[in-house]
Amino acid sequence: MSFTGVMRPGHVCIRVLEMGPALTHYVERLGLQKVGQDDQGRVYLKAWDEHDRFSIVLREADAPGMDFMGFKVCSTADLDRLELAVRDYGCDVERIPAGELVGCGHRVRFTIPSGHSVELYAEKDYVGNGLGLTNPDPWPEGLKGMQVNRFDHGLLYGPNIPDVVDFFVNALGFNLTEKVLSPDQKIIGAFLSCSNKAHDIAFIDYPEPGKFHHASFLLNSWEELLRAADIMGMYEIPIDIGPTRHGITRGRTIYFFDPSGNRNEVFCGDYTWYADRDPITWHAEELGKAIFYHDRKLNENFLTVVT
Amino acid sequence: MNESRAYRITIADSDEDFLCKDGQNVLRAMERLGRKGIPVGCRGGGCGICRVQVLDNGRYRTLKMSRAQISIQDEASGMCLACKLIPQGDLRIQPLGLLRKKLNN
Repeated sequence: MSFTGVMRPGHVCIRVLEMGPALTHYVERLGLQKVGQDDQGRVYLKAWDEHDRFSIVLREADAPGMDFMGFKVCSTADLDRLELAVRDYGCDVERIPAGELVGCGHRVRFTIPSGHSVELYAEKDYVGNGLGLTNPDPWPEGLKGMQVNRFDHGLLYGPNIPDVVDFFVNALGFNLTEKVLSPDQKIIGAFLSCSNKAHDIAFIDYPEPGKFHHASFLLNSWEELLRAADIMGMYEIPIDIGPTRHGITRGRTIYFFDPSGNRNEVFCGDYTWYADRDPITWHAEELGKAIFYHDRKLNENFLTVVT
Repeated sequence: MNESRAYRITIADSDEDFLCKDGQNVLRAMERLGRKGIPVGCRGGGCGICRVQVLDNGRYRTLKMSRAQISIQDEASGMCLACKLIPQGDLRIQPLGLLRKKLNN
C-alpha cells in the first residue's frame, strides 16, 4: 500500500571487496538467489518472496559501502510527478536510462542532504516468486541458509538529518514514524515510511556524509531469527549484536557483517504504521533503550562502525 | 601454512600478548583467546576500527582492505587492519583505531 506514489524500497547497490566471498555470504548464507551479472561485473540478486527481477546489486570495489538505494514508485506518471517534485525542491536530478541496471526501467537519481544517492524508478522486469499467482503454495522448497523473504529497509548515516526528513516528507510524501531528539531538540535519528511498515528507510546523524549502516532483510518469526543466528554460528559469520529487540520500530533483530564489513540485519515483527498517527519520540538520553531494548545500552559499534 | 606454528603478537604500550596461529588473522586470534587491546569492528576490512601500525619491520601479509581506511601510502608504512593481518613472524603492533583517520581529516 502506498500513500505517496512511492511504493517500497526496490533495490540497494552494495560495494564489496571480493565478489567470491560476498556471493557465498549473500547466496549460500542469507539465501538470496543469483539472477544475473552485467558487463560491468555487477551481480544481481533477489530474495525468494520478491516478484521483481532483483533487489540487491553487488559491485566489487576498493572500499565497501553503498552506491545507491532505489525506491519503486507505483506508475510512470508517479515517477514523472515525483521527478518534478524533487527538481522543484531544489535537488539536482540525473536521469539514468532504462537498462543501465539490467531489467530496470529508467531511474531518477538525486543526492539527499546526508550525501547518499537515492533513486526512483517505476518499472522492473516481473519474474514472480516461483509459486505462481493461482492457488499458490506458501513457500518454495530448496531455499538456502537463512531464507530471507525480502530486502526490507536501509539505515544510513550522515549529516543534516532535519533536512533529510524535510526532503522525504515534503518532496517524496513519506511519513516520519519515529524520531530521536537531542537534548537541544534537534532530530538526530529519523525513521521514515512510504507504506504501512514502521520504516522503509532510516537515518542517524553522523559527521561523515554518505555512510552505510545496514541493509535489512525480512524474516517471518522470532524462531526464524534464532535459526538465522544458528547459521551465523555454524559459519562463523561475525555478529554485531542480537538476537534482541529494538525499542524503535519494535523489530526483533540480529546485526551481523558481510565479508567486506558491510552490516546486514535480519529482522521481523515491526508494527503496522498508519498515516493518521503522530510520530513516536525518543530522547537521546534513552537511545540505548531505543536501539537495544533489553540491554538498554548502545554497543559502541552501533555508533561508530559503518562502511 | 603450518597449523602447529604460532606467532607471538605483542601490543605496544601494554602488557598484552597472545599467540596467533599460522594463517590466522591477528584480530581473530585475540578474540578467540578472550584477549583485549585492539578495538573490534566489522571484522571484514571495511570499517577501520581495528587499524594498527606494525612496528620493528615485522614480517606479515595482508588480505584486501578498504582503500577508504588504508591508503597505498598507509599500507607501505606498515599500517593495516588487524582483521586482515596475517603474521609471518612474531609481531609488535600499535593499535590506532579511528585516531589516525581523525587526525588526517
